[in-house]
Amino acid sequence: MNPVIPPVTPAGDALKGAQMLHDASEAPPKPPAAPREPLPADVRDRPVPDVSHGAILYLESVSVSFDGFKAINDLNLSIDDGELRCIIGPNGAGKTTMMDIITGKTRPDTGTVYFGQNVNLLELRESEIAQLGIGRKFQKPTVFQGHSVFENLELAMQADKRVRRALFARLSDEQRARIAGVLATIGLNGYERQLAGSLSHGQKQWLEIGMLLMQNPRLLLVDEPVAGMTEQETEQTAELLNSLAGKHSVVVVEHDMAFVRSIARKVTVLHEGHVLAEGTMDAIQSNPKVVEVYLGEGA
Amino acid sequence: MNPPVRSRPSLSTLAALLFCLLLLPLAQPVSAAVDPKIDATLAALAEDPKTLRSALDVLAQSRDPRASRVLVALDEGRLTIAPGAVLIRTRDGQRVNAADGQPWTGAAGDAPAMTNAVRRVLASSIERARLRSEDRAERLGAARALNDRPSASAEPALRAALAEEQDPEVVTALKLALAPLDLDSPDKDKKLAALAVLANDGELTVLGRLQPLASGDDPEIRAAAQKAITAIGDRQWLRDQGANLFYGLSLGSVLLLAALGLAITFGLMGVINMAHGELLMIGAYATYVVQNLFRAYLPGAFDWYLLAALPVAFLSAAAVGWALERVVLRHLYGRPLETLLATFGLSLILIQTVRLIFGAQNVEVANPSWLSGGIQLTQQLVLPYNRIATILFALAVLVTVWLLFQKTRLGLRVRAVTQNRGMAAAMGIDTRRVDAGTFALGAGVAGLAGVALSQLGNVGPELGQAYIVDSFMVVVLGGVGKLAGAVAGGMGLGIVNKFLEPSMGAVLGKIALLGFIILFIQWRPQGLFAMKGRAVEG
Amino acid sequence: MHGIRNLHTTRGWVGFFVVAALLLVAVPVLNALPETSPLHVPDWLIPLAGKFCCYALVALAMDLIWGYTGILSLGHGVYFALGGYAMGMYLMRSMAGEGVYRSELPDFMVFLNWKELPWFWHGFEYFPFALLMALAVPGLLAFVFGWFAFRSRIKGVYFSIITQAMTFALMLLFFRNETGFGGNNGLTDFKRLLGFTLSEPSVRVALYWLTALVLLGVYLLARAIVRSRAGRVLTAIRDAESRVMFCGYEPLYYKLAIWTLSAVLCGLAGALYVPQVGIINPSELAPAQSIEMAVWVAVGGRGTLVGAVIGAASVNGLKSVFTAVAPEFWLYALGGLFVLVTLFLPEGLTGLFRRLRRTRAAEARA
Repeated sequence: MNPVIPPVTPAGDALKGAQMLHDASEAPPKPPAAPREPLPADVRDRPVPDVSHGAILYLESVSVSFDGFKAINDLNLSIDDGELRCIIGPNGAGKTTMMDIITGKTRPDTGTVYFGQNVNLLELRESEIAQLGIGRKFQKPTVFQGHSVFENLELAMQADKRVRRALFARLSDEQRARIAGVLATIGLNGYERQLAGSLSHGQKQWLEIGMLLMQNPRLLLVDEPVAGMTEQETEQTAELLNSLAGKHSVVVVEHDMAFVRSIARKVTVLHEGHVLAEGTMDAIQSNPKVVEVYLGEGA
Repeated sequence: MNPPVRSRPSLSTLAALLFCLLLLPLAQPVSAAVDPKIDATLAALAEDPKTLRSALDVLAQSRDPRASRVLVALDEGRLTIAPGAVLIRTRDGQRVNAADGQPWTGAAGDAPAMTNAVRRVLASSIERARLRSEDRAERLGAARALNDRPSASAEPALRAALAEEQDPEVVTALKLALAPLDLDSPDKDKKLAALAVLANDGELTVLGRLQPLASGDDPEIRAAAQKAITAIGDRQWLRDQGANLFYGLSLGSVLLLAALGLAITFGLMGVINMAHGELLMIGAYATYVVQNLFRAYLPGAFDWYLLAALPVAFLSAAAVGWALERVVLRHLYGRPLETLLATFGLSLILIQTVRLIFGAQNVEVANPSWLSGGIQLTQQLVLPYNRIATILFALAVLVTVWLLFQKTRLGLRVRAVTQNRGMAAAMGIDTRRVDAGTFALGAGVAGLAGVALSQLGNVGPELGQAYIVDSFMVVVLGGVGKLAGAVAGGMGLGIVNKFLEPSMGAVLGKIALLGFIILFIQWRPQGLFAMKGRAVEG
Repeated sequence: MHGIRNLHTTRGWVGFFVVAALLLVAVPVLNALPETSPLHVPDWLIPLAGKFCCYALVALAMDLIWGYTGILSLGHGVYFALGGYAMGMYLMRSMAGEGVYRSELPDFMVFLNWKELPWFWHGFEYFPFALLMALAVPGLLAFVFGWFAFRSRIKGVYFSIITQAMTFALMLLFFRNETGFGGNNGLTDFKRLLGFTLSEPSVRVALYWLTALVLLGVYLLARAIVRSRAGRVLTAIRDAESRVMFCGYEPLYYKLAIWTLSAVLCGLAGALYVPQVGIINPSELAPAQSIEMAVWVAVGGRGTLVGAVIGAASVNGLKSVFTAVAPEFWLYALGGLFVLVTLFLPEGLTGLFRRLRRTRAAEARA
């Protein structure tokens, strides 16, 4: 699987905080392997992560503590562009906190977090990070209960999200087509007029993933997507996530080992806010440290 | 509300006051220093009221405390002469024999004729007699009185008294009384000595005398006067701060009491109870009812009605709180904004109910005698007993609540339910009963606060409305979920308020404080003592 | 915003125009009928109807911020009162020299022995300036307050409590004589607005008519807002604010915009209210007054706009009846209303109508 480089415009009018870490021209440019679908006009002027070194997300020596409890302890992690990465770890390993840090909800005490090589995420607000193309799915499905499925997708759609523009915004045919496309992807065709609050648990999970897709994300952070799902729903979700990889980078936090095995190429094990091991599922499962953490504590 | 100040000799330190209180009983009617000349003079006066003029001379020279008592009584028109005895009408209207202090049951007698000559001699005699009295407190009082309104005519008496005085505090008072007189002296050393005395112990009242000296010709005197002015100012400042601190602590205790129940219902249970103020009101009205019952049926024990009011107020407020929880609040858990509106509606109903029962006017709740009056530290600074009692009461309630939560099974259950309802239920705790109990407890504590409020201010149907905003501010400022937060919030608000008041006035001070809280929450939305947690979803 | 036509279904538009005709045409016409006519609307009812329109305006503003955005303000009385005071100041200034003391200064200033106008009273002799202030002062206060509060992500009951504290503080401030707004008594005894005598029946009808027109206009504006994508973002903030953020919207600006607009609308309502009622005093700033505004919306039904108007009219109608018939029971009625609505009618009267209609439809099908 090759990393994908989108047809970019220079990140000249980048949001505040976007920084050029390295001169992009020094890095050997990788040829685009598969042409991405063209982005809508209003998406093109967002800052674009420089992924010329292959990675789309870097966390370096990140630490954060709450009341003396070190939730994240010197965490180093990098996610490749287009990769599907699974992150596992026992309760309290810091998985959700890590997501909070990436999406701007929590500020780390120390460390750096970069999107590509050029965008410093620590200087941006949640909404700005979301506009960069980092989507997040919560553990508990969080959709707009009072809106229809269609409206949920419409609100999530990548667009100018300032108040004045939203006041006068109207849907173009192209945008309607996009919404229809995502509806098909998440299997909610025919539900578009139903209130999101009345969907089943699994449907809400998919709707939330659909909302992430509407944002045209470069990076998807998915927190326990199959918690509470039936076996069949779980299978469908695995399929869905697998189909996303390549077009997007996906980070999945999950407890369900069978599910992880069904989707994972590379797995990272977090323990006490630190990366314990990283590798393929088989390598991880035979790693004595991981076995100790998972079994030693339970035994 | 300014409670009446029990007249007591004014002392500058509490220790001295206590010392003095110990001495007072010893100096009652006839002291050890009985002067036989007084007996003779009084006997003669009783025989012939015309000997008054010459009797005054004897009385003025005597150290017998009876002498000054007779003189003061004469001055205040409470002296009568009956056949066989000179009588003094005490302040509560009884007549006693001036010679032996025993109650007099005979004829009231007549007031002696006051000639101008008598009046003139009397004025200086009283001071002299009091300054020479065996009774230390009497001497001190006399010296202080002269200190407040220095008169040149008293100078010889002051000097004579100073020459023989042994008690250091009375010496100071005498020196202070002489100092303003010495400032007029042509003798520079005397002036400097007087300035030194004033610098050490002078009061604000002499500032007017010092200012001309501070801009006078002699540099040495100028410097000394400057120093005295600064020293007096500093002392006054310190005293003002002390007063602010005391009144701040007292207001803080009131706020703490008012907010403590809220800290339980809002802080622990997350219930926004806008009717909390009305629970305070119910406590105050319960006190009123108990007071009336005591007045009607147990007038002898009236002074102790407050003790009986405590459980009554607690139980009645708790009962109302329990009913509110059972009937309304329990259906609104997890819907804080709805709870807010519903409890506001309940508060309207409670207010109107109290109005219909007790009338819209304020009712009168009397302080028991042991709570009226206060300790007068200086002329400006009085520590009323009801305020001191409030501070102690707040402390007691706080400790009780804390022990209840930390050391009892009930407290353990409450904490369990607030931390993890589902787990607590799974372990067999009846969470609904715990909810009702916790809420009733918070309401009961509000009732106790109502008892305290009834002793400090007006009791009326709107009593609670005055406290609800303040109570919420205390909880918000302190942070939710910790008693320490309520303490810090209450005391902080009380003290800051009292320190702002002198410079800004009560209303502007309060507004400034509310503004400050609003800004403070910007900076620390969780309050002073918040339970910090991991980022939670949603 | 969508085109005006899309604001309502055809049936909705018919309803709107029926109500508009009732308010704008029927009431004045019936008022003009001879007093002997059974359909005659008496003169005293006109300012009352105007007052109700002002309250309905406030309810619309409350509904935007609470019903749609989920932010319960217990301080909207502040914005209403500020608008009212601005208009009151103009009315006081416009009668300079005609007060009891025949002074250029308003009577209460003469009474307080003030020699000149405080600086913040200057300019209020001009109607356009006063009108601007009636909108700008509440708007500015709301903007500053909202900026600080929303930026620190103060939410839910915390926010409500702080707004209440603000109301309380301002009430204390306005009760003082030194503040310069007439203290306890407020501003009253107005005579003329733009040269028209306020006690004149025709002027009262005109004021009522204007208020009703503003109400209808604001309703359409609010409807346009909530039907726009921005309006859907507001509701989304109410339902899942963090999701809104992670969708790339900055809730701060949305909240700030609707909060400020809501305050400006309240200021407008206050400015329309004062000439019709003839007095503005600090009691409008009492915390209870602001909470009552919330109950109007709750009774009518949150998040429906129409419900807000219905709620404001019905609660205040009830209040008028009670204070005339059994004043001592009004607080019971109001208090009971708070409790009953929150317990049994979470969707208010409009929700009740909807439910009834649905059951009737179900019965018809069966």
